[in-house]
Amino acid sequence: MRPNLRVRGVVKMDPADPSKDGGEPGKKTALLLLGCPEVPVQMGIALYLASRLEKSGISVGVAGNPSVIQLIRVSDPDQHYVKRVMNLEKAMADLIEGRVHPDITVAFAHNDAGISYAATVRHVSASPLYLIIFGREAEALAALAEFECEKIVERAVHNPAQLKKKIDKVFGWAASKS
Amino acid sequence: MGCIEELKYETILSHASFKECREYVKEHFKERIEVDPGFKIFDSYIIGIPPILVGIEGDAVVFPYTKPCHGTFLLRIECSDEVDRLRKKR
Repeated sequence: MRPNLRVRGVVKMDPADPSKDGGEPGKKTALLLLGCPEVPVQMGIALYLASRLEKSGISVGVAGNPSVIQLIRVSDPDQHYVKRVMNLEKAMADLIEGRVHPDITVAFAHNDAGISYAATVRHVSASPLYLIIFGREAEALAALAEFECEKIVERAVHNPAQLKKKIDKVFGWAASKS
Repeated sequence: MGCIEELKYETILSHASFKECREYVKEHFKERIEVDPGFKIFDSYIIGIPPILVGIEGDAVVFPYTKPCHGTFLLRIECSDEVDRLRKKR
């Protein structure tokens, strides 16, 4: 089932420390959880998603390990695409403890650990979960993700074009052919 | 999750899959406890795909510890307090 991006009721803001990272009251929020940055398509797709979601009026936070955070800050020095970054472990702790309630969560997985993180998110958070599975083992990894989520699977390593196409379709960003 | 790395631990499996760690605990430890993803152990949260099995052996806890770039490690840490806490969970 495709989760609905429209949110009803009171929107709770993340991150946990809005005074520092500047939550925008009244805006829907998305949390992107990135895995190890060793597969090139992840960073391009993350920046693309952040850009599209922000343009849709959704406040985006991106969580990753220190290398991921440095890659984002170097790739997007003026913070055009990603305004808020956070440590992955801190983001997971905040989700588990219920301190943040993103309206949608997008988890990236190209290895077993990525699926484990997504499974944990599914268990502790009620928000719609999109799971982007990529890399050379994409199909095999997708079979491990038996929990409820919207899976976007593509054997992408260097070239993000096909994965982007699938993401556009799922999020309703595909160009109309009519 | 930095705290665990500061404790005295023994690595039973390294760079493993989550399933491999689960199977190892199932096969090698008679006393096992099932916990949920996000369960706190040694002040860290367990990341994983349910069912998550934690093994107990004497005063030691055997549990999966996942890192984004390195997969899952099966760690063994001696701590009677944590063992008592886990046993009370049953």
